[in-house]
Amino acid sequence: MISQGTREQKILLMGLRRGGKSSIRQVIFHGMQPIETLYLESTTKPTSEKLSSLANFVIEEIPGQVDVTNPEFESSKVFKGASTVIYVIDSQDEYLLSLQNVVQVISQGYKIDRNIHFEILIHKVDGLSEDFRLDTKRDIIQRINDDLVDIGAYDADVTFHMTSIFDQSIVEALSRIIQKLVPELSSLTQLLDMFCMRTGVEKAFVFEASSKIYLATDSSPVDAEIYQVCSDFIDVSADLGGLYGTSANTGNSDGREFSTSRFNNGSVICLTRLIKGCLLVCLCTSETDNKITLVEFNADVFREGMEKIYA
Amino acid sequence: MVAPSRKKLLLIGRSGSGKSSMRSIIFSNYTAFDTHRLGATIDVEHSQLRFLGNVTLNLWDCGGQNSFIENYLTTQRDHIFNLVEVLIYVFDIGSQEVPKDMETFKRCLDNLQEFSPNAKVFVLLHKMDLVRVDRREQVFNATMMTLHAHANEFKFQLTGFATSIWDESLYKAWSAIVCSLMSNISALQSELETFAKVSSVQEVVLFEKTTFLLVAHATSDDMDSSSQADPKRFEKISNIIKSYRQSVSKLRTQLHSISLLSNNCVAVLEPLTSNTIIMTVLPKHSADTNMVISNIKASKTRFEELESKSNDLP
Ligand SMILES: Nc1nc2c(ncn2[C@@H]2O[C@H](COP(=O)(O)OP(=O)(O)OP(=O)(O)O)[C@@H](O)[C@H]2O)c(=O)[nH]1
Ligand SMILES: Nc1nc2c(ncn2[C@@H]2O[C@H](COP(=O)(O)OP(=O)(O)O)[C@@H](O)[C@H]2O)c(=O)[nH]1
Ligand SMILES: [Mg+2]
Repeated sequence: MISQGTREQKILLMGLRRGGKSSIRQVIFHGMQPIETLYLESTTKPTSEKLSSLANFVIEEIPGQVDVTNPEFESSKVFKGASTVIYVIDSQDEYLLSLQNVVQVISQGYKIDRNIHFEILIHKVDGLSEDFRLDTKRDIIQRINDDLVDIGAYDADVTFHMTSIFDQSIVEALSRIIQKLVPELSSLTQLLDMFCMRTGVEKAFVFEASSKIYLATDSSPVDAEIYQVCSDFIDVSADLGGLYGTSANTGNSDGREFSTSRFNNGSVICLTRLIKGCLLVCLCTSETDNKITLVEFNADVFREGMEKIYA
Repeated sequence: MVAPSRKKLLLIGRSGSGKSSMRSIIFSNYTAFDTHRLGATIDVEHSQLRFLGNVTLNLWDCGGQNSFIENYLTTQRDHIFNLVEVLIYVFDIGSQEVPKDMETFKRCLDNLQEFSPNAKVFVLLHKMDLVRVDRREQVFNATMMTLHAHANEFKFQLTGFATSIWDESLYKAWSAIVCSLMSNISALQSELETFAKVSSVQEVVLFEKTTFLLVAHATSDDMDSSSQADPKRFEKISNIIKSYRQSVSKLRTQLHSISLLSNNCVAVLEPLTSNTIIMTVLPKHSADTNMVISNIKASKTRFEELESKSNDLP
């Protein structure tokens, strides 16, 4: 469906003011600490981020004060060519207005292109108690789905995610969202499955190095804890390395890179650099020195496989 | 074996200044985010912590509400200020009642001079994150000037640090505080220097295992002059590894070691003795870390000996 190569995949980031759009952009793409987002100023102009990796993604933030029901809002221009619309709902606030708005957004976008993925972030859930979280989720999903049926957009492609910038949930949601757009995802998954089987590795991820979004993983289920530790190890190795040198050009340093982190129960996380700003991070549950060598060897094989797919 | 020596550390400052927060982060593996859950400390909370095996830190976290402070300075004063090795005075940099803070500080020094005249005094200007980055240095210097002026009449030397739970500054301050109580630091230091020479590495850094506070480090001249290395790297390493350890605990295991091989840096982080972790940074483009790992293994016993040396200050 999607051809490899240069076409940019457009992702829109929408939602009412103070919902958390800029915070998400800053935390994911600019390494801002979540706590620092308290001082962010309101965004007034459309702002975009580029993520160039296995494909070129552009993430455009549409400011909250843009009124999609205003006749001057050029919905065809905005939604044309968009692969995905991410809509942020502040779950800590009165969200009825957001619900109305998101339904309007979906109804307009859906009219322009039925294939758009609508990804709804039920955001800032860190502030909600465990029970309340589920109730809120159920309530939001129910209301949106009801309204979509009312307007006849019941077959719009809508997915819900619970997120917060204070934990991994936001990166995880973005990973799932972006994976839908990764060209050749199925070949990559197969390649990862093969890597895991040959190497005796429990779980393997392909991460985009700077945002730590994972673009692919093997087909075994994702365990949130394992994902988080793998992702944290990327930080650790980058941060420790950064203390001792200044390799200004990030992303395309094609030098060899292989780091490991061992645990007391015998398991190990291994990290190697791939192509196009990607990292392969995997967890082996029973470590022997031989196995690490095998990981290193098979990671090279994997990289070559990847080079063929994305040549 | 020598009996472990005990050191009393007093942690004082107004209520809400962040005393229990920093204690929980350094000694109880809290994250900065977790500290929101802490309630005000009632009276004095005692905690005992072993540091490098044979020193017991006796930390007195003195709840800072007015009535408690009044008690410390009157009815309880001998109990509080007797046999103190270190006073750590925490100032909230955003405090609205600076004159009162200064007054309390002076009364504490007064009592300290009477009951523990040889104590060391550290002042932490805390919550620096609330001050704009470009003003921090100036705010720190100005406040230290005021404090020195107030402490003038006492014979104590003040050592000051700007701190915040939201960055690595806490580790620098606490490392200095704890190391000031250890008599064997210089021996460990020179042993590290030998290690660095023998293994021809760029840098070796020694951390205490549980707190991950810096104990000592040795840096090759080569690296010292290249100035590529971050001057705050030691406290940053503490911060990075400590939060990574938190993360690893989610897998129901503990971090054992790390080996890094990247364009910027080749390094290994390994357990050394039962109380310490050693980090070794190799010259760039070294391909093999096995050599240095066996050197680490070989120097274990030597470091264990040095650690268990008597810790009583002369
Ligand atoms: N912004 C900021 N907040 C901090 C910092 N350190 C602590 N806090 C917050 O300050 C609040 C009070 O901290 P505590 O550690 O309980 O204060 P305390 O000094 O022990 O107070 P008492 O026990 O009443 O004496 C907590 O909500 C912390 O999260 C800091 O460096 N920066
Ligand atoms: N508690 C919590 N607050 C958040 C989260 N994400 C963003 N915020 C806060 O929400 C406020 C508004 O965020 P901002 O990104 O400016 O919203 P925008 O107008 O949609 O771009 C800021 O004060 C953020 O700190 C979250 O996940 N949890
Ligand atoms: Mg307290």
